[in-house]
Amino acid sequence: MMKKLLLALVFVVPGLALAAGGSNVHLDKAEYDLSDKASLQNGAKLFMNYCFGCHSTQYQRYNRVAEDLDIPIELMEQHLVFTGVKSGELMKNAASEEQIAKWFGAPAPDLTNVARVRGADWLYTYLRTFYEDPSRPYGVNNLVFPSVGMPHVLQELQGIPRAVYEEPLIDGEPQQVFVGIESDGSGEMSEDEYDQAVLDLVNYLVYSAEPVKQERKRLGYWVLGFLVIFFIFSYLLKKEYWRDVH
Amino acid sequence: MKALISWIDDRIPMTKTWEKHISKYPAPKNFNFWYFFGSLAMLVLVNQLLTGIWLTMHYNPTAEGAFASVEYIMRDVPWGWLLRYMHSTGASAFFVVVYLHMYRGLIYGSYQKPRELLWLFGMLIFLVLMAEAFMGYILPWGQMSYWGAQVIISLFGAIPVIGDDLTLWIRGDYVVSGATLNRFFALHVVALPLVLVMLVFLHIIALHEVGSNNPDGIEIKKNKDANGWPKDGIPFHPYYSVKDIVGVVGFLFFFCFVIFFMPDGGGYFLEKPNFEIANPLKTPEHIAPVWYFTPFYAILRAIPDKLGGVIMMGLSILVLFILPWLDRCKVKSWRYRSMLHRINIAQFIVCFIILGVLGVLPPTEGRTLLAQITTFGYFAFFVLLWFYSKNEATKPLPERLTK
Amino acid sequence: MSNAPVDAGRRRFLTWTTSVVGGVGAAFAAVPFISSWTPSAKARAAGAPVEVDISKVEPGQLIRVEWRGKPVWVVNRPQAVLDNLEQIGDKLADPDSSEPQQPPYTVNTHRSIKPQLFVGVGLCTHLGCSPTYLPGSFAEQVQGVEYGFFCPCHGSKFDMAGRVFSGVPAQLNLAVPPHQYLDDSTILVGVDQEA
Repeated sequence: MMKKLLLALVFVVPGLALAAGGSNVHLDKAEYDLSDKASLQNGAKLFMNYCFGCHSTQYQRYNRVAEDLDIPIELMEQHLVFTGVKSGELMKNAASEEQIAKWFGAPAPDLTNVARVRGADWLYTYLRTFYEDPSRPYGVNNLVFPSVGMPHVLQELQGIPRAVYEEPLIDGEPQQVFVGIESDGSGEMSEDEYDQAVLDLVNYLVYSAEPVKQERKRLGYWVLGFLVIFFIFSYLLKKEYWRDVH
Repeated sequence: MKALISWIDDRIPMTKTWEKHISKYPAPKNFNFWYFFGSLAMLVLVNQLLTGIWLTMHYNPTAEGAFASVEYIMRDVPWGWLLRYMHSTGASAFFVVVYLHMYRGLIYGSYQKPRELLWLFGMLIFLVLMAEAFMGYILPWGQMSYWGAQVIISLFGAIPVIGDDLTLWIRGDYVVSGATLNRFFALHVVALPLVLVMLVFLHIIALHEVGSNNPDGIEIKKNKDANGWPKDGIPFHPYYSVKDIVGVVGFLFFFCFVIFFMPDGGGYFLEKPNFEIANPLKTPEHIAPVWYFTPFYAILRAIPDKLGGVIMMGLSILVLFILPWLDRCKVKSWRYRSMLHRINIAQFIVCFIILGVLGVLPPTEGRTLLAQITTFGYFAFFVLLWFYSKNEATKPLPERLTK
Repeated sequence: MSNAPVDAGRRRFLTWTTSVVGGVGAAFAAVPFISSWTPSAKARAAGAPVEVDISKVEPGQLIRVEWRGKPVWVVNRPQAVLDNLEQIGDKLADPDSSEPQQPPYTVNTHRSIKPQLFVGVGLCTHLGCSPTYLPGSFAEQVQGVEYGFFCPCHGSKFDMAGRVFSGVPAQLNLAVPPHQYLDDSTILVGVDQEA
């Protein structure tokens, strides 16, 4: 029965976009906005509350995040950093890494660059496609990451997500066809609120993967503008000299 | 100032060298777009050397610290991200420029007598560049670094008898490891750059000895005025120096566009799995070499036999070395050669590009067949060339350079 | 080569303007190379201000803390030592701290915020060795002075306020780092006292 369901999941879900995770599930577009500081701040908060318990972002520093996201450093120190850690330190979570390795059999992967490895769309879809599956050790499975070894940590926000099936007749046989995921409504958030929260979290992860991204583009316009001007001068100079040749 | 210059000139040939190679080097006056890529390759080389030296100042060449130190460069070192993107984009730009430079040589017959040695030095540069790129790619110690190295080094295992011992010797360990990283680091930052710079020097000396070819493929030295200056030649400086500046600025526009707006190059310059630290226990879903190796990689995969594939891949590069002797035609530029020759070059380029595209895609039955056809086309170019070039129906050459 | 007349003025103008524009570009291109040598976020994090618990420093005791990789001394000076500081001015090179080797709030005889507690960078101002603390046995170096610092490298001598004696290789007093009292038993090294 369950096997059949999973087969249906793999074959019937529309879209063939090849996810980095290797499954052929359609990925929803994550319309993130790196200039939206409020969204990034909320994403940072969600990350610290729900992800950082198990995952490190060990290549990034607390004070860099505070600075880039306009979070007052005192607030960062009070709410976001574990006690006894200085704000200039790397966001490494060594103690819980050991715990996780003990509980889950493997350390939770570092998430600093996850948005560059998986892509924002994959993350956005992944965090919204957990569904109840009692056959799995944590009671949930995931559409884009089948047999994922992680519980649905955002369940208190989303509620219990259930896979919804229709039973059309295909070749005269009733088949179970997956049509979507629906929350049982027990979460703190409505569906739209939950999508927005996940988007904020993804926004933060995209930022984390390349903190300099906005600055890089801003600079890029100046550099290209300069090169256009330089091109005009060098072209006129070349034209002037080559009057000798023609 | 004059006194200083003459003081120096009495001791080393400064002015003489300047004149011989720059201000009085006669260059044909009809260089077109394709002639930008030599000077651009030089520019990219300088970019790679400078940014490379600076990256070395912050990089940690150990299996334990390499990945973190690259992230350190990207996040903690002031402007480190820019130095790294300049270097990674420069690697791809180097191959773009060098491939176009080779294409220029191919269509205008710049490899023909008397420029055989010039071509050989160029091919050696290409070979060293590939080694340099491969060894540099292992340094970030990401997933692609690791598994790319694993696959490429395993190719040597196809060699009969000594294969297994050879791969063990190259790696210095039973798998790719810190020992491999350290030796590749040494070669990448010291040995190969030295070789590269010396080869580039020889390449230019050889060029200036025989003189530059041109789109018409005729020797400007055959038509000199009373002073011994080629009638169709103009001094490199100022004419080509100012022209090359235009080329450089135009190139920098594209180069900087990639650096500032798409440093990943769509996942082809910096591959996604390489943002994940090397994990010897887990291969990424789809591994493909960086784009500039893919034509040769596709040839490797097209042959359904490990040793055969390695041999064909090696041959596909080696055959380029003997190009000057495969082409027996006296006319250089394709402007004055037969239609057959033009079609042959065109099919060669098409095959090369298709192979390049196939190399980044996962193999399917249809793609493997296409790779086999284009591999055939690739080698057919050289075989056909040898046969028809002996008695080729060429067009009459002009006396002087055309526009 | 054509024989058309050359407009030398235009040629010179374009050569200059192109050179200037190119020069500006080169100058900007040099920025990342030069800036990347300044301390990284890692170095700055490691050099962050350090809190020091001073409640357990006994009179006469010296503790060492590391700030920006340098040894910083915190010394609790007994009253007798403080009294002695007032009397030895004629033996010192810069008794009044006129050289800028300390923040303005420690320009006084004892070169500290609170008289008892001396905070100083324990590196000789000659060539950077760390002097030895000689409590009660410094008289061998300078007669009539019981406490002081003696540099083993080249024999420079400093009093208990880090002031250099005259006639030794070092010319400047030991540096006093920026610091402040967070409360009676804690100081913060690396941040200036608020005015």
